[in-house]
Amino acid sequence: MSKQLALVIDLNVCVGCHACVTSCKEWNTSGLAGFLSDDNPYGRDPTGTFFNRVQTFEVGEFPNTETVHFPKSCLHCEDPPCVPVCPTGASYKRAEDGIVLVDYDKCIGCKYCSWACPYGARELDEHQKVMKKCTLCVDRITDASLPERDRKPACVLACPTSARLFGDVHDPASEVSVAIRESGGYQLMPEWGTNPANHYLPRRKTRKHIHEDELVRHDNPLKIDGQLPKPAPSDPSLDDVTSW
Amino acid sequence: MSASVKTTTCYMCACRCGIRVHMQDGNIRYIDGNPDHPLNKGVICAKGSSGIMKQESPARLTQPLKRKEGAERGAGEFEPISWEEAFSILEKRLGKIRETDPKKFALFTGRDQMQALTGLFARQFGTPNYAAHGGFCSVNMAAGMIYTVGGSFWEFGGPDLERSKLFIMLGTAEDHHSNPLKIAISAFKRRGGRFISINPVRTGYSAIADEWVPIRPGTDGALLLALTAEVISQGLYDREFVARYTNGGQLVVTDPNAPNFGLFATDDNAEPALPEYPQNQVWWDRHTNSPVLSHTPEADPALFGNFRLPDGTQVRPAFQLLCDRVKQHTPEWAEAITGVPAATIRRLAHEMGVTARDDKIELPIAWTDCWGKEHRTVTGNPVAFHAMRGLAAHSNGFHTVRTLAVLMSLLGTIDRPGGFRHKAPFPRAIPPNAKTPTGPEGVQPGKPLAGLALGWPASPEDLFIDEDGEPVRIDKAFSWEYPLSVHGLMHTVITNAWKGDPYPIDTLFIFMANMAWNSTMNTVEVRKMLNDKGADGRYKIPFIAVCDAFQSEMTAFADLVLPDTTYLERHDVMSMLDRPISEFDGPMDAVRIPVVPPKGDCKPFQEVLIELASRLKLPAFTLPDGSRKYRDYPDFILRHETEPGSGIGFLAGWRGTDGRSAMKGEPNLEQWKRYEDNNCHFKLELPHSYQYMRNWNRGYLEWAQRVRIRRHADPILIHLYSEVLQRFRLAAQGKWPGRKPPARLASRISKYFDPLPLYYVPLETEHTDRAKFPLAAITQRPMAMYHAWDSQNAWLRQIHTHNYLFVNPETARAAGVADGGWMWVESPWGKVRCMGRYSEAVEPGTVWTWNAIGKQPGAWGLSAAANESRKGFLLNHLITDSLPGGTSNSDPVTGQAGWYDVRVRIYPAQPEEPQEVFPTFEALPRAPGTREAPKRWMAYVSGKITGK
Repeated sequence: MSKQLALVIDLNVCVGCHACVTSCKEWNTSGLAGFLSDDNPYGRDPTGTFFNRVQTFEVGEFPNTETVHFPKSCLHCEDPPCVPVCPTGASYKRAEDGIVLVDYDKCIGCKYCSWACPYGARELDEHQKVMKKCTLCVDRITDASLPERDRKPACVLACPTSARLFGDVHDPASEVSVAIRESGGYQLMPEWGTNPANHYLPRRKTRKHIHEDELVRHDNPLKIDGQLPKPAPSDPSLDDVTSW
Repeated sequence: MSASVKTTTCYMCACRCGIRVHMQDGNIRYIDGNPDHPLNKGVICAKGSSGIMKQESPARLTQPLKRKEGAERGAGEFEPISWEEAFSILEKRLGKIRETDPKKFALFTGRDQMQALTGLFARQFGTPNYAAHGGFCSVNMAAGMIYTVGGSFWEFGGPDLERSKLFIMLGTAEDHHSNPLKIAISAFKRRGGRFISINPVRTGYSAIADEWVPIRPGTDGALLLALTAEVISQGLYDREFVARYTNGGQLVVTDPNAPNFGLFATDDNAEPALPEYPQNQVWWDRHTNSPVLSHTPEADPALFGNFRLPDGTQVRPAFQLLCDRVKQHTPEWAEAITGVPAATIRRLAHEMGVTARDDKIELPIAWTDCWGKEHRTVTGNPVAFHAMRGLAAHSNGFHTVRTLAVLMSLLGTIDRPGGFRHKAPFPRAIPPNAKTPTGPEGVQPGKPLAGLALGWPASPEDLFIDEDGEPVRIDKAFSWEYPLSVHGLMHTVITNAWKGDPYPIDTLFIFMANMAWNSTMNTVEVRKMLNDKGADGRYKIPFIAVCDAFQSEMTAFADLVLPDTTYLERHDVMSMLDRPISEFDGPMDAVRIPVVPPKGDCKPFQEVLIELASRLKLPAFTLPDGSRKYRDYPDFILRHETEPGSGIGFLAGWRGTDGRSAMKGEPNLEQWKRYEDNNCHFKLELPHSYQYMRNWNRGYLEWAQRVRIRRHADPILIHLYSEVLQRFRLAAQGKWPGRKPPARLASRISKYFDPLPLYYVPLETEHTDRAKFPLAAITQRPMAMYHAWDSQNAWLRQIHTHNYLFVNPETARAAGVADGGWMWVESPWGKVRCMGRYSEAVEPGTVWTWNAIGKQPGAWGLSAAANESRKGFLLNHLITDSLPGGTSNSDPVTGQAGWYDVRVRIYPAQPEEPQEVFPTFEALPRAPGTREAPKRWMAYVSGKITGK
């Protein structure tokens, strides 16, 4: 089976620190997919190009509230709707590893692809007039001059909680496939039929149940310290009422 | 195209991770985490990944500046001057102060990880008026724990999540070491550990907790007392640990008429060992039912009871007194205060106690305790805690944190696997040996200070006061107002200097602290004080010098601005004499080595201090012939020893002429090189038998004494009962043979210097009409800016461009405040107009916001129209710096700023009001030497900025 590289993002450990957001920008602005410009960088309503953003939202009502940090970038769909709509063939999916890319030389900035993308994962660079998005750091992961350890997307290397796993989701033995299989990995909006390669792992809860008898044990130190309540000899007992 | 990689240490926050700076043609291509660094193991955070934008910030100061003749302070009108002129101004001014009255020079620094040098400078100068920002940050965390267990969360210790099963985090949003903690929490969760967060707000780390326990701000002390009571009443305390490793079994004199009431009974036939840390306390041996010397072999202390010593003295074990104290604090009592249901409190106590008892860890590591007992294993009770500013930044925070330390101790988790673990150079003695001078005679013209500027009082005799009992320090630290203010009170300096209380000063020197904005309470008034003149037309604070890398609200108030470098442009050390980056398994320190040249004419603050110290001929920086001793900072680091021949210097690694000594050894001129070759850090992994139980571990303590981490090798028994606090209380009650507090402070000392854990309503809250101001208002820093000052960072500011006031929807609706609407938040001290945001992740009695996102227009290289100043707001305007009665709004034990005690009410802004924050301030002009930033757009490509 062909290779399909992807990210698997573990929402169970993502604390929303934005390391993936800026490490991505930092690598890519000077990389193959760059630059990543910023409008009004020091003024009103600054806004820039980011391939990856973290959205934070709340689920449930107080006090049963979950605060969810949700990193989102191009999902590298197996059936990407952005590719067939591209009039110039700039938007394409690489056969060898499934990465969805944009060829800037062919891109005319028509935005069809961003309209077609149900995930809002593409951003038009107003200054280069081309569509930009996550490349899975294709210029890192394929750079043989980098040490093996560094041939991963910048966000994956940066993530302090290692919430971002990277690998081939078609290889059933890969770390990402195991995580999807065993930890309930899911796709975003599968009903669109895009079959996103990126997956998310849900929150998991660890609870503790305490049995009543665990609170009353023979080695309770209160016994050593003479603090377990003992009746006084004068308290009523059978001896007061019965002679047998 | 030439590419290279340089390593250094990050300083985008106080975490100090190892980084690799990837260079291309002499420019920075990108910065990532160094995989060969033990602290962060290759990861990096949002701030670290944005270092390039700090480097390129238009707020970067590049030349020394002098306030323009005739310009007001705060107007930000400057003219550039040369370094020579800047140095001569300071040399002349400071030289005169030093020769006349050194305390008229005050040096306060925002960062507290350069204290080894800044502290040395101040001490050598001879001023007592020196501190870093701990007093307004988290001194309660340090003091509350160090006065109890001899170590603290922070750089000095933390939760051992690698082996823990249950992790309880209180009052923490983000924290340092931030990346190591993130790494650890993630791994802990993946191993199936249970994570409970107790916090009024669910953000950051709390978001991924298995359970969120919302709590009202300032009430954690009540919760912790109830948890302690429940742990004891269920018999879930670790009896063996309490008996041997705490002072719980030691007998306290309980006869109120005895001269040593409330102090430990001692066996006067036994040697006290060290007079300041006596070890001749007495146990009541439950086997022989008689008094014995503490830690007599084969004896086992009674933890409960009421005894009479042979001389008739009435005594009780400290543990009994603790039980008597907490008994009244039932879960129902705590529920009414904290809002946490009693059933939840009971369940939490049971989870902690049962996990600690039944999930025990036994590591096959043999060790010997201080009393000679050999142990075949190291035991761990895998319940770990972490806490920070949410507990600390209240005026009841010292006791709250102390209660936490007591609970952790009862569960048997101190310096054990899976619990709390120390980091070198901790644990320290309780309290640590370091002391300030004790009176005004410690400050003499032309001489170094006769002691440290900051210390750890053990009794009233250690206070730094005059013969009337009044403060010697400008911030009133170590006075009867705040006796254990071990980090000073930076937040009182400007107000006190302005008032001339206790005396006026001449020069205020601020390094890297935004005292005219977010690092000050009562911001509007403090800004007026900075600019206020007396009847003679002279400034009440005659001279203000500020060193910072960036143009800020504070630099605008300076008479002299010294442009600092960034972390990528300088040598620096994370020293064992300061706050190193040690890990649980051994001491670790680190360095920074410049990777790019300084921008313009900026100069590292370290170099400024070395230069000034040399010009002022401060003894430690001067040769006997009066010439300068050190060429520059790197030279100082290599050759400086704490005393001639002490072998102790700023760096612990590769000491000795052959570079083979660690911790202690002769200076080694190759030291910088060795650090550079080792990814800019040095780590000494201790033998396994020295890695645990270090308070009482003979091997470790003797090693620590040998390498001079510690003066003595005596055991550090946990203070469940604090005799130190009782000494101050006795003084307040007129029963102490030594110093006594002034009458006006006696009842305050008597109340708050309780030797047992205590809960009280925070002082400001107590003074506030809570019917009128029903809500608590708190702040926190977001992860992408934690411990950073990065609104000038083009990438990070896009993550937090402005802030909202987060309000529980139920509370907001009741007040008529709309989601996203403009609203007022008002305290007894001031009011702020801001935007509100509904949040289900905050308890209904609390409102909160991200701190320090709001900026003065034009500050930090931002345009006057930037969202930070139009929509961003500071909550500081609502916070008072003083309380009725004139004391600072601070913890009465430690002087910690009570930031989180303010009470507020909220109401909607009227439709006709401007949709803009209030209060607003004049826009600052761009400082000379700062770069004109691209206005419309920009892009960074390997050192080149494109844009317009």
